[in-house]
Amino acid sequence: MSDLHGKSGTGAPVLIADALGVDFGPFRAVDGVSFEVRPGESLGLVGESGSGKSTILRAIAGLAPISSGAVRFEGKPLGKRREKAFYRHVQMVFQDPYGSLHPRQTVDQILSEPLAIHRIADGERRIRQALDEVGLGSGFRFRYPHQLSGGQRQRVAIARALITEPELLLLDEPTSALDASVQAEILNLLEEIRQHRRLSSILVSHDLAVITHLCERLIVMQSGREVETLTSRQLVAGEVTKPYTRELMAASEGFRRKEPVPA
Amino acid sequence: MTNMKSDTAPLLEVRDLRVSYPTRDGRTEVVRGVNFTLGRERLGIVGESGSGKSQTGRAIIGLTPPTGRITAERLAYKGTDLLTASPRQRRQIRGGGIGMVLQDPRFSLNPLMTIGQQIVEALRSHVRVSGSDARRRALEMLERVRINDPERVFGLYPHEVSGGMGQRAMIAMMLIAGPDLLIADEPTSALDVVVQIEVLAILDQLVAERGMGLIFISHDLRLVSSFCDRVLVMYAGRVVEEIEASRLSEAKHPYTRGLLDCVPRLHNDRHPLPTLQRQAEWAV
Ligand SMILES: Nc1ncnc2c1ncn2[C@@H]1O[C@H](COP(=O)(O)OP(=O)(O)OP(=O)(O)O)[C@@H](O)[C@H]1O
Ligand SMILES: Nc1ncnc2c1ncn2[C@@H]1O[C@H](COP(=O)(O)OP(=O)(O)OP(=O)(O)O)[C@@H](O)[C@H]1O
Ligand SMILES: [Mg+2]
Ligand SMILES: [Mg+2]
Repeated sequence: MSDLHGKSGTGAPVLIADALGVDFGPFRAVDGVSFEVRPGESLGLVGESGSGKSTILRAIAGLAPISSGAVRFEGKPLGKRREKAFYRHVQMVFQDPYGSLHPRQTVDQILSEPLAIHRIADGERRIRQALDEVGLGSGFRFRYPHQLSGGQRQRVAIARALITEPELLLLDEPTSALDASVQAEILNLLEEIRQHRRLSSILVSHDLAVITHLCERLIVMQSGREVETLTSRQLVAGEVTKPYTRELMAASEGFRRKEPVPA
Repeated sequence: MTNMKSDTAPLLEVRDLRVSYPTRDGRTEVVRGVNFTLGRERLGIVGESGSGKSQTGRAIIGLTPPTGRITAERLAYKGTDLLTASPRQRRQIRGGGIGMVLQDPRFSLNPLMTIGQQIVEALRSHVRVSGSDARRRALEMLERVRINDPERVFGLYPHEVSGGMGQRAMIAMMLIAGPDLLIADEPTSALDVVVQIEVLAILDQLVAERGMGLIFISHDLRLVSSFCDRVLVMYAGRVVEEIEASRLSEAKHPYTRGLLDCVPRLHNDRHPLPTLQRQAEWAV
C-alpha cells in the first residue's frame, strides 16, 4: 500500500461523484455510482471488462454524457461543457496509447499542443523534463507514433498528461501496455509526483497489485454498478465481502490448467 | 492444402530473423537475429518494451510496414518459405494458416464497420456460408469469448465497445478463421482477470485439442509462467534467454531476474518499486 496512507485524504474532496449515471441510448453503462477523491488521494477502479470504468473517467472528462446524478470538481458541478481551464487541471491518460496519439504529429508536437492551448511558457524545458520523467531520451522527440512501440507510446501519453501539472489525473490502464520494468518506473514516478504536488488520481487497472500499490481505496465494479468499496489494506488482508471480489482475487493468481478428465 | 512436407516439418521455423528500418544514420535493426522453432505448443515471448516482440510477430505473418526490411536464414511455415512465397500462397496462409491478434485492438479494427460485420467478413473470407449462417456463427463466437450480450455488441462500432470487448472481438475474428498458428500480441491485457483466464482456457483448448501452435506475447510474467510451456525473453532485438515457463522464477539472465523483481506484489509490496539498471552488455 501507498506510504501516503494517512498523509493524504485530508481537506475538501477534489472530486465528488453523486449517483453518477451514464446512458448510451437505451443502454445504461454506469448506474448510480458515488465516490469522492480527496486531495492527494488515489482511488482505484477495478472490475469486469465492460462494467463502465472507462466511461466513468470519460464522463468526468466531458467525453461521455452525465445522464443522471452529479459530478463536482473542486466544489463546482460539472455541466455539459467544460471550460478550457478545466483541462489544465484535469488530465486523462487513455487506455489505448495507439488511438489517443495523433498519428501525424511528432512526439514534440504532441507535447507542445497542451502548452500552446493553455499558454504555458517555458515549453522547451517542460518538454525535456517530461520526456526525461517518463524515461524517453531526446532521440524520441521527433518520432511519429507509428515509429514507437506500445510502451513507448504510453509513455508519451503520460508525459503529455503531466506537462500541464494537473491536480487530478484520470488514468485508464496506464501501465497495461508496459513491461514490468517500465511499469515500475511509471508507478514510482506517479507516486513521486503525488507526494510532490499532492496530485489526486483515479486509476483504472485490472491488476489488483497495481491498484493496491498506488491507491488507498478502490471500488470494485460489475455491470455498471459498484459491487463494493474497500481500502487496499482490506483487499490485501482478504477482508472482502462480495463473491465477485473473491473471484477477482482468485483469478489474479494466474492460469490454472484443469486436470484432464479421466476417460 | 496438404502436402508431404507439411506433416513432418515443424509448424514454424525462425532462423536468424532480422528486421530493420531506415533512420537518419543508416538502418537500425529492431529484430537482430531471432531463432526458434515452434511446434503445437504455447510459446511465450516476454521482454522489454521496444525489444522487438511485436516486430517479430508481424514479420512472421507479413505485416511489416513497407519501410521495414526483413531478412532471415529461414522463415518457414509448415515447410513453406514465407519470404519467397507467392502472394497467393501468402494470402492462403494468412486466411486460414496463421492468424495474429494485434496488440491494440481498437486501432486494428475497422472504425467504419460494426464488430459483427468484421467477424462475419473474417469468416466469409475463407469459407462460403450464407448471410444468416455467418451471423449466427459470429454471434456464437462472441459468446465463446465471454461477451455477455452478443446481440448488442454485434451491432456496435469499435469506438462504442470497451477496451476488453474490442480485444475479445479481435480474438473472435481470428478464431473464427480456425488458424493452425496463432500469434497473440498482448491479447488479454485489457481484460479483467476473470475473463482473461476464461479466454486463455479457450486458447488452451485449441492447442490441446486441435493442435494449434500459439505464440503468446505478454508483459504479464505471472500469466506467461502459469499458461505457457516455454518462454523466450527478448532484449534489444534478441532472445537473451529461453526457459521452461513453470521455471521462469529460476531465470538466470540478470535482465529476466530484474524484470521479475519489478512486479508490484499484493503481499509484501515495496515503495518505491525496484527498477532495472540496464547494462550495456545485455544489448550486445
Ligand atoms: N459511445 C458508446 N456507445 C454505446 N455504448 C458504449 C459507448 N461507450 C461505451 N459503451 C458501452 O458501455 C459499457 C461500458 O464500457 P467501458 O468502456 O466503460 O467499460 P470498462 O469497464 O472500461 O471495460 P474494459 O475493462 O474492457 O475497458 C460497454 O458495454 C460499452 O459497450
Ligand atoms: N515503423 C517503424 N519505424 C522505425 N522504428 C520502428 C517502427 N516500428 C517499430 N519500431 C521500433 O522497433 C522497436 C521494436 O518495436 P516492437 O513494437 O517490436 O516492440 P515490443 O517489444 O513489441 O514493445 P512493447 O512491449 O512496448 O509493445 C522499437 O524500438 C520501435 O520504436
Ligand atoms: Mg476500459
Ligand atoms: Mg509490442
